[in-house]
Amino acid sequence: MTTGPLNDFSESERKAQEERLRAVWANPPGWRYWTSVNNSQIGLWYAAAAFGFMLFAGVLALLVRVQLAVPENDFLSAELFNQAFTLHGTVMMFLFAVPIFEAVAIFLLPPMLGARELPFPRLSAFGFWSFLLGGVFVCGSIFFNAAPNAGWFMYPPLATDKQYSGIGADIWLLGLSFIEVASIAAAVELIVGIMKCRAPGMRINMMPLFAWYLLIVAGMILFAFPPLIAGDILFEMERMFDWPFFDAGRGGDPLLWQHLFWIFGHPEVYIIFLPAIALMAMIVPTFSQRPIVGYSWIVLAAVGTGFLSFGLWVHHMFTTGLPQISLAFFSAASEAVAIPTGVQIFVFIATMLAGRVIFSVPMLFGTGGLAIFIIGGLTGVMVALVPIDWQAHDTYFVVAHLHYVIIGGMLFPIVAGIYYYFPLVNARQLSERLGRIAFWLMFAGFNIGFFPMHFSGLRGMPRRVFTYPADAGWDWLNLTSTIGAFIFASGVLVIVFDVLRPKHRQPRTKVNPWNAGTLEWLAQPEENWGVRSIPVITSRYPLWDQPHLAREIAEGRYYLPDAKEGYRETIVTSVLDAKPIQCLRVGGTSYLTILTAVFLGGVFVALTFHWWLLCALFGIATFVTIIAWLWNGTAEIPQQPQKDVGLELSLPLYASGPASVGWWAMFITMVGDGTAFGSLVFGYFFYWTIHEDFTAGIAGPGLFWPMAGLALFVASWLGMLAARSVNAGGRTVFACMLIVASMILTACGSVAALLGPWQFEMDPQSHVYPAIVWILAIWLAVHGAVGIVMQAYCLARFLAGRMTATYDTELHNVVLYWHFLAVTALTTLVVIGVFPELR
Amino acid sequence: MRLIPREVETLWTLFTAPVVWALHFLACYVTVAIYCAKSGEVGGYDTIRWILAVITLLALAMIVVSAALAFRQWGFGTDDPPHDDPTRHDRTLFQGFATLLLSGLSFIAVVFAAAPLIFIAGCFS
Repeated sequence: MTTGPLNDFSESERKAQEERLRAVWANPPGWRYWTSVNNSQIGLWYAAAAFGFMLFAGVLALLVRVQLAVPENDFLSAELFNQAFTLHGTVMMFLFAVPIFEAVAIFLLPPMLGARELPFPRLSAFGFWSFLLGGVFVCGSIFFNAAPNAGWFMYPPLATDKQYSGIGADIWLLGLSFIEVASIAAAVELIVGIMKCRAPGMRINMMPLFAWYLLIVAGMILFAFPPLIAGDILFEMERMFDWPFFDAGRGGDPLLWQHLFWIFGHPEVYIIFLPAIALMAMIVPTFSQRPIVGYSWIVLAAVGTGFLSFGLWVHHMFTTGLPQISLAFFSAASEAVAIPTGVQIFVFIATMLAGRVIFSVPMLFGTGGLAIFIIGGLTGVMVALVPIDWQAHDTYFVVAHLHYVIIGGMLFPIVAGIYYYFPLVNARQLSERLGRIAFWLMFAGFNIGFFPMHFSGLRGMPRRVFTYPADAGWDWLNLTSTIGAFIFASGVLVIVFDVLRPKHRQPRTKVNPWNAGTLEWLAQPEENWGVRSIPVITSRYPLWDQPHLAREIAEGRYYLPDAKEGYRETIVTSVLDAKPIQCLRVGGTSYLTILTAVFLGGVFVALTFHWWLLCALFGIATFVTIIAWLWNGTAEIPQQPQKDVGLELSLPLYASGPASVGWWAMFITMVGDGTAFGSLVFGYFFYWTIHEDFTAGIAGPGLFWPMAGLALFVASWLGMLAARSVNAGGRTVFACMLIVASMILTACGSVAALLGPWQFEMDPQSHVYPAIVWILAIWLAVHGAVGIVMQAYCLARFLAGRMTATYDTELHNVVLYWHFLAVTALTTLVVIGVFPELR
Repeated sequence: MRLIPREVETLWTLFTAPVVWALHFLACYVTVAIYCAKSGEVGGYDTIRWILAVITLLALAMIVVSAALAFRQWGFGTDDPPHDDPTRHDRTLFQGFATLLLSGLSFIAVVFAAAPLIFIAGCFS
């Protein structure tokens, strides 16, 4: 990449620039500190909260272990035991394993990519607050004896039975749906950030491997979480309104939940494993003091695992009586995924062999974790074989397997990451001595605790039993497990102590204490601006290969060394070659993100307790805050179209369509939305396959109204396409008229979609067929309503002069939404209208 | 019209072979699931086997094409990895090499997925 000559500023100019940058990126004082949206703060809070939840869930695990230490124990009641293990699994998965990677990514990615910020800092903040509130809600339930108690995968009919599960199941469904929103927000943020916000010159072949992994993981979230959201919707409709999706008596089927849950649940294992292994891909080269061996092979492994992990979900359902030929496909894919997983491990080993390894604490945790993970991987290959799984299913063998995989593949690398990256948090290192003590306690404790579970499982001990008879031959195995669990926990405590102990007397470490090669090591903990100036990158390990880089960045010799106009700015670059294409102004400090999260949380809490009026009020409040956030914080028309960013380069300040980050965010969000919709359609056809006549003789929505609805939606879509091109031609008023026409068509289309099932008096409580038709029709109508709000927003922007013929990014994004809406309408209405006629 | 597609500048080609794997996997799973649930309405199990055998061959062929294009993008292997120079040329070579590796993995995964059709001669629910 050719660039202009580097900037050259005098000492006093530099000081003045730094003052301005500091002021622009400063956190607000006092209590308003919590309104910060800066990636370093959000990342830290996120990580701290996730660790808090982890410790809480760890205590629950210890309670479970105490109860199981001896036979016929009465330390916990059966009910409390059920709540404890359910919450332990739920919290570890949803409130620790997934969010911790979001936290680390938000904290690390901007400095690693040489960006000032991720493209949507307020979205990150919103995600964090949603996560925190949802997490407290879910965890708090156990103190009211109201925690979910049906296991972390909530199988119906146990979990749909209100007598047994009480309000706990609703807390699980709604609390976690709220947190899933946060995960999808993070996915949007990370994909756009990695694709578009890398430092100039950081081509796709020079991206840090951490970013490659995170890109794949964020993509996986988009396809994995929405099926669970779809499942949650069906589940909650059954619990709230008695729509029989999982009730076999009325045509439903509990197996549909298992499908939807595990289409999420299995990729999720890799969603938590890949980011942890991504940390290893940063740590191993540093402590081998050489570039990674086989960069492309790691990309192969990350992408390959990402895809194959979606072909494994049925291996959690081997004992449900599915045809054996189906099971065999999933068994084959489960074996195949071992290939890319193995490749990553061999790449690490090769890198260590080729370099001179320094066995520091991070390496200790990293390699120890991999050793544990490999054992878990091998038992995984065993249970991926159907006959072995039939024996081991729902026994402690599986409990041992999953803990070996997750603790070895996730927790140990994360701890390695804490020891490695702690200097970026407050310029101090954690204690080498305490780290080693913690490692050996955890490593020994883990194996003492979990290895015997293989044997208790093989001796037939089922998981989730609250106690067991003395003569079953499980007693000393369980006692050993309990002792191991406490040794493991003591190791965790040592780490907690090491992190929390005051360090102000400890000398500051030098910048880049491990002599790492990647950019994040230039970040200064006390500065909020990320990088002093945005560099030009010419190597995979710039700190090793570009000798003057650190000094030049600090002297402001690269892009955006100043913040003269008082905006937070970063550079948007092209996807493949990272050529600078836009100067992006990102959102600053705002209380709106917290308010939106609080109100949206209110919606979910009110729903749990069926407080309908309060729910509506919170819904309105959420709506108002979202609009306020968008109105003042996005797509602002800049005073001048271009800005001089340094190095004789001038970049546009505004972009619309595929060139803008907002368009990509909409695209990614709608892919997730489309996946959720696809899962509902899957449900429709699932019911078709399991019944001789899936309508059970009930009248369908007919052909007329669905087809009328389809025509109206197609017309509204054409209207929006026309509005966009007319506006681009400068005829804004005509564009507004087209938008109004399209609004009316959309409203009519939504009503028509609902009129079908309405006219034929389809009763959703009577049988699953009317219920699934209603769900699809309502899904479409709600999307129509959201579309109308977007159209009204566009009209308001035009009227307020905030959108024009040239500055039309909102219109582009809304048209993009309409493409997806048109596909949703086509699919829904053909499926519910035409398909029953074809039989 | 060109028989062999021109080299395109996009990240998406990286995912071609895994997407073919995903489609093939879905085709196998869905076909068998519907057949086993509704058996009697469509031909016999051997018909299903033949249909899926053809789909498998098609999928493998597509992956081979993807691999061949990747091999071209990789400069027919004239240059060795790590492809870490800050040039457009090296970036293209990297893309080609990574795509080639993924094609290999996808090929194996498709063969894995199809293998049960040889060994299991019915639904057996």
